[in-house]
Amino acid sequence: MDIDLMMRVYPFFLTAAWTTIQLSVLTALLGLAMGALGASARLSRFALVRFIGAAYVSLFRGTPALIQLFILYFGGPQIGIQLDAFEAGVIGLGINAGAYMTETIRGAIISIDKGQREAGRTLGLSQWQATYKIILPQAARLMVRPLGVNLNMLIKATALVAAISVVELTYTAQRYIGSTYKPFEMFLLAGVLYMIIIYATGRAVAWLDRRVQIT
Amino acid sequence: MGLDFTVVPGHLDIILLGCAWTIGIAVAAALLSFFGGIVFAVIALYAPWIIRQPFRLIEWVFMGTPLLLQLFLIYFGLVQIGIDLPAFVAGIIGLGLHFAVYNSELIQTAILSVDKGQMEAARTVGLSRGQALRKVVIPQAVRDVIPPIGNNMIALLKDSALVSVIGVSELTLSAQRAIGATYRPFEFYLVAAMFYYIINLCMEWVQRRIERRISISR
Repeated sequence: MDIDLMMRVYPFFLTAAWTTIQLSVLTALLGLAMGALGASARLSRFALVRFIGAAYVSLFRGTPALIQLFILYFGGPQIGIQLDAFEAGVIGLGINAGAYMTETIRGAIISIDKGQREAGRTLGLSQWQATYKIILPQAARLMVRPLGVNLNMLIKATALVAAISVVELTYTAQRYIGSTYKPFEMFLLAGVLYMIIIYATGRAVAWLDRRVQIT
Repeated sequence: MGLDFTVVPGHLDIILLGCAWTIGIAVAAALLSFFGGIVFAVIALYAPWIIRQPFRLIEWVFMGTPLLLQLFLIYFGLVQIGIDLPAFVAGIIGLGLHFAVYNSELIQTAILSVDKGQMEAARTVGLSRGQALRKVVIPQAVRDVIPPIGNNMIALLKDSALVSVIGVSELTLSAQRAIGATYRPFEFYLVAAMFYYIINLCMEWVQRRIERRISISR
């Protein structure tokens, strides 16, 4: 193992890891917003809105995220959408992650007992108030852990933007494998940083999950 | 520039060929990940400590890093140690091992949840520990775990698009070839997405049928 080489290139990997973190945070925020929107659509009173929500989930979960990214980044200019690679990465991955989060959020909401809403309504709350004050706070507790799984997948999925030349961890590893012919060393550098990011995120999710549980 | 789908039929032959490659690679990787998953699960649960612990570390690394990065390691790593495999073989190995680790997690849980009495009964009628595992415990565990493994296989199909990055001429790279000739990325990536979606729907249909079969046989 070429320790000297690793010592020489690791600062570039740290910079790249920071880009991966930025990508992950922005993608997660967009994904959550899309997930909340998608779940509301899937649970809407109106059949058309429900259909749109279902189509969103099915199409974006049924095709590779890489292809979605390529359509947005390379195909976007044809329909008047000009984005740089980082923006395309965040938007493409965020919309993709949103489809998975839609199902997570919806699953948590529908697992809350119907009687809760009925009880709220009986006490004189409006439909919206019952959702907002009774259903969502309970559902939010159930969401934390599965959203943590979504987050874990999302962080690993940010590697895909290497294919549109965003200089993040995987792209950096790929470039240095190409120039040094040391695949194992470069994998180790990038891999350790990914695992630190994923481990730290996992701990944070576990902490939040403990915090929101009753008892 | 606008959209123009009339360029698509002229390149449909290479897209369809790419589709066939995608299906072939996905099937080969799926088989590798299924049997590899069983082997990995048995190692993770029953191998001696000295093998088990490093093995778990490797599993942990595979689950904590992106598939694309692993593909680069396997493709270029094999070349470095003197094994010059065609890209598609490296792709199958990479995809297969990655998903074998995820399948192994599922199978481990399933093996542990098979009733202990099954193993004891098998030992009582004279089977060795290995035989009891192979003939009694694992078949039951695998049956329980087929639906979630199906989900992994659908994920594998979609992730097979990543092997285009190491130069395997499957559906995604075929679309890129057609784009190279026509400069029509939107149209061809959309067509590729459509083919992935169709294969995906077929897999979901098969999965539902298998699940129904299993629920009847129980």
